Amino acid sequence: MTTTRIVEVRVGVLKKNDELARALRRRFEEAGVFVVNLVSSPGTGKTAFLERTLSTLVVSGTRVAALVGDLETDNDAQRLARSGAPARQINTHGRCHLEAEMIGAFLDEWDLNELDYLFIENVGNLVCPASYDLGEALRVALLSVTEGEDKPLKYPTMFNSADVAMITKIDLAEACEFDRDAAYAAIDSVRPGMSILEVSAKRGAGMDEWLVLLRERRESWQRVVAGAGRSPRMAP
Amino acid sequence: MHELSIAQNIVELATEAATRANAERVMAVKLLVGRLAGIEPGALLFSYEIAAQGTILEGSRLEIVHVPLVVWCAHCLKEVELDSVQRLRCPTCGTPCGEIRRGRELDIESLEIEP
Repeated sequence: MTTTRIVEVRVGVLKKNDELARALRRRFEEAGVFVVNLVSSPGTGKTAFLERTLSTLVVSGTRVAALVGDLETDNDAQRLARSGAPARQINTHGRCHLEAEMIGAFLDEWDLNELDYLFIENVGNLVCPASYDLGEALRVALLSVTEGEDKPLKYPTMFNSADVAMITKIDLAEACEFDRDAAYAAIDSVRPGMSILEVSAKRGAGMDEWLVLLRERRESWQRVVAGAGRSPRMAP
Repeated sequence: MHELSIAQNIVELATEAATRANAERVMAVKLLVGRLAGIEPGALLFSYEIAAQGTILEGSRLEIVHVPLVVWCAHCLKEVELDSVQRLRCPTCGTPCGEIRRGRELDIESLEIEP
């Protein structure tokens, strides 16, 4: 007769990713690069939004770069590179999300000390990327006016994990009979107090507000990092 | 659908822990899954069976323990359990509650091993 016994384990299933993400976060803090992770469904307009963001920042002399995740093709990296910012494509070959390990592997060609911002465009998916920390300082969940105002209620885990909600394609709001109040209520219901912005990457509406928010978030992040004594750039 | 990669992580971590405890076989894995963990239990159970094949976990049970969503209500000054992940409001006073105390867990709690 065999006997069984119970052993306590108490370990996070995503421990490996969480550890790699922590190491990345530390590396980003030391280099002074503010990292933004963009998440949404496929077709929300992440790439168009990021292309416009990068172009505007490049013109203003800000040092930016982008990593973009897709199952296949490097079409998005090519689109983003038109902004003049360095962009690299991560092909996940079937994986539905980016993981910290993939990010680390794609940073080697860049000197992070030479960057102010790094944008990571995640794989279009409102489920799986929620669980994977990439070491980012800011997570932005995008939602387009064509998708339905109740999307945050359908994907609460993702919206709950984000720091900012971005409503895209706002130039189409009227044509889609977009109910702004319902969308705001849905976002606030799953993530009370989250900042909400509206933007049209095509027409440029809302881009100024977004860039102001980005700069403010970076500045408060720099103060926190400097307080923790980690950023050489913030040293007196 | 990232449950297969989650299942592979579980098998990997459980194998390490069982080996450390000098076990030859794992009979069961107890897993805590929070309401906000973003895991679909059916897909995870299906993936687990596949991921466990050919390992010391083959044929073992995955026991999923659901962890409710618990938030801090700044008005009532206490932790409250919510029924819905779509409405983060205190059920007593209606205050929006953004501070999550429990419900994001995705942890291996324990293993039942042999011998």
